[in-house]
Amino acid sequence: MDLFKFFNKEETKSKDIARERLKMVVAQDRSGISPQVLETLKIGIIELLSRYMEIDEKSVQIQLIRNATGYRNASSELVANIPIRKVKVQAR
Amino acid sequence: MGEVIVVTSGKGGVGKTTTTANVGTALALQGNRVVLMDADIGLRNLDVVMGLENRIVYDLVDVVEGTCKLKQALIKDKRYDGLYLLPAAQTRDKTAVTVEQMKALSDELKKQFDYVLIDCPAGIEQGFKNAVAGADRAIIVTVPEVSSVRDADRVIGLLSANGLEEPQLIINRLKIDMVRRGDMMSIEDTLDILGIGLLGVVPDDETIVVSTNRGEPAVSNSQSLAGQAYINIARRILGEDVPVMDFDADQGFLAKLKRFFGIGAHSASEHA
Repeated sequence: MDLFKFFNKEETKSKDIARERLKMVVAQDRSGISPQVLETLKIGIIELLSRYMEIDEKSVQIQLIRNATGYRNASSELVANIPIRKVKVQAR
Repeated sequence: MGEVIVVTSGKGGVGKTTTTANVGTALALQGNRVVLMDADIGLRNLDVVMGLENRIVYDLVDVVEGTCKLKQALIKDKRYDGLYLLPAAQTRDKTAVTVEQMKALSDELKKQFDYVLIDCPAGIEQGFKNAVAGADRAIIVTVPEVSSVRDADRVIGLLSANGLEEPQLIINRLKIDMVRRGDMMSIEDTLDILGIGLLGVVPDDETIVVSTNRGEPAVSNSQSLAGQAYINIARRILGEDVPVMDFDADQGFLAKLKRFFGIGAHSASEHA
């Protein structure tokens, strides 16, 4: 995670790496959404958004994460990071 | 009417059997009638951990199939008043019993005992389904490592699907020094991922190996730190409010002062 590197001056502790990796993998396990489905979803989102704006496709990141509260009943969240190059002028 | 508690984990080798043996013995030491049921058919081990392997005549499958009466299969532990073992069959496999049969057996046992502790097999297949079928509550054992915690999370989901909504967690084999260095997930880290209630923390302790070698539960050894942790867990099951052990008790004043000012790694007990 970029945020991690930014705030951490010294080397990241191995237990923090473990925790972050686990959070990801557990969110994925719980959601029942496979990496393949996530990839398909990513392609679909890019396709849809490309109608309206120019997307930096290579930098698109889509991840499932746990809700910030960290409790069992908290839902998973789909977080998409989609850099926009240029918004297209709406064609009529 | 007693309570049926299943001890489960998903991953193997994290200490389910040791936990069942020690928590069960501790509950008996507190004056309860306790039966330890080994649900790991084909791979029984609760008998050797308890040091009762030479006393087995009949087993769980014999009871279920009607080869013997329940009473005949129950092994009384002569060292601890009120403690019994129902061993698993060793020459059969998990398909020898059904969910319905296990549920009926659990129901029968809780009429006779205050606590029925079920040692669940590893995995999430038939053996797991059998073991949780008759349970009123569940204890999840995990070690603070990625594979174990991930499996624990899977099991939490499966327990919930079986109507066991509020399992409680035992964090086993916590290595205090590694936690301090930031090389092992702390109690807080593990709880943050799994999001369930904490029943107890058992430190990594060589006395467990020694007591298992001898077939004597660690709770009977007053020198065993892990044994003390298991006694605390039993007391919490009985409803007592027992704080999580202070793992830093052996640390010097300077170490505590340093941690107080945030120098060096955080201690495990601060998160408890």
